[in-house]
Amino acid sequence: MSIQSNGQAGIHAGIHAGIQTSDKPLGRDDLARLVARDITSGSFVNLGIGQPTLVSNYLEPEQNITLHTENGMLGMGPEATGGQIDGDLINAGKIPVTELPGASYFHHADSFAIMRGGHLDICVLGAFQVSATGDLANWHTGAPDAIPAVGGAMDLATGAKDVFVMMTLLTREGVSKLVETCTYPLTGVGCVTRIYTDKAVFLTGPDGVQVRETFGCTLEELQAMVPVPLTAASAAGT
Amino acid sequence: MLNFPETVNEAVAGIRDGSTVMIGGFGNAGQPFELIDALMDCGARDLTVVNNNAGQGDQGLAVLIKEGRVKKMICSFPRQSDSWHFDAKFRAGEIELELVPQGNLAERIRAAGAGIGGFFTPTGYGTMLAEGKETRILDGRGQVFETAIHADVALIKALTADGKGNLVYRKTARNFGPIMAAAAKHTIVQVSRIVPTGDLDPETIVTPGIYVNSIVKVA
Repeated sequence: MSIQSNGQAGIHAGIHAGIQTSDKPLGRDDLARLVARDITSGSFVNLGIGQPTLVSNYLEPEQNITLHTENGMLGMGPEATGGQIDGDLINAGKIPVTELPGASYFHHADSFAIMRGGHLDICVLGAFQVSATGDLANWHTGAPDAIPAVGGAMDLATGAKDVFVMMTLLTREGVSKLVETCTYPLTGVGCVTRIYTDKAVFLTGPDGVQVRETFGCTLEELQAMVPVPLTAASAAGT
Repeated sequence: MLNFPETVNEAVAGIRDGSTVMIGGFGNAGQPFELIDALMDCGARDLTVVNNNAGQGDQGLAVLIKEGRVKKMICSFPRQSDSWHFDAKFRAGEIELELVPQGNLAERIRAAGAGIGGFFTPTGYGTMLAEGKETRILDGRGQVFETAIHADVALIKALTADGKGNLVYRKTARNFGPIMAAAAKHTIVQVSRIVPTGDLDPETIVTPGIYVNSIVKVA
């Protein structure tokens, strides 16, 4: 994979000797840029709250991506600033946004029918854990004093054609979030198709977990951090 | 019979203790603050409230919860950075919570308005929010049975109404308005303006007036 050199550190266009495509782990913005590049032109996409929202900063106009926000809009534009701010025009994170030409509004049941009916091409979500078979845990820590809040996470996880996860590979304590079996409460079963992390891009599916590329580590070094068997993805599988 | 009360207080005067009240809005967009304030003033209590959230800051639904008027919340996302009144009540065990995935919440409300008793959906299958619920494999996927959510009253906000009760909304403030209007036995709408019948283009009407009982104009 070659990545345009927009000044981002550490990404080499020309490392083809292995699947390591960067000599350093990727920062949040570099990872968002990579996800944006991987979104097929013409797709309808929902970006989750938090890190996935950064992806919108790197979508190119020629990709002709239409962003969906689950509170009832297709054709969402960038975050509103100054005089653009309108309390009636917000995204799922309740941040004021703008509308692009061709935008449409609809009620909540229609908006979730867009997800649940399998009409969205891709959603990008954050995660606490993802299992080797693509189970997703991203809504609840399960802590006894936590107030649970699920929002649209379960609908997105089960409804979009492809579910991409963006997360750091390791917790602050250095524990892998890619796990054999999720220990946090599940959001969806077998729903994740790709995992973008600071250290590698993983593909999940019936063939187990494949590694498309690594950042700042070799496949062997990556395997030492992750408790599930990894194989290198074939070029055709990317 | 459609009516046009002069004030929000008059509009909500019939809401009784123990009612199930749907309140429109996603966050503050589309939240009918004036109607909620009137519901506070009318004194109704032991309410079951259906809303996406459980109040933000110190206004609207948050105040209703703070004042102990809400017995139960049915919502998808109660916990927010400024949901302190709900958080306190929940931790004190003074409010019941039915947590519903957002799409199930919307579809269960829609189902009520469409005369559908329940439906199967993949959302939530295999998660703790499906525990105790009937499941089936349909179209090759595990699916969970969810039932309709009915309400005695809906309080919603629209931009414009006409003399027939037809409604037009504004941007993402539309959110739950149309489906709540259809799901409740009695729908009360606050609008910014009321135009003469015939002034709204029939092609652009979002909620037909058949779902609406009371319309009150707020400044």
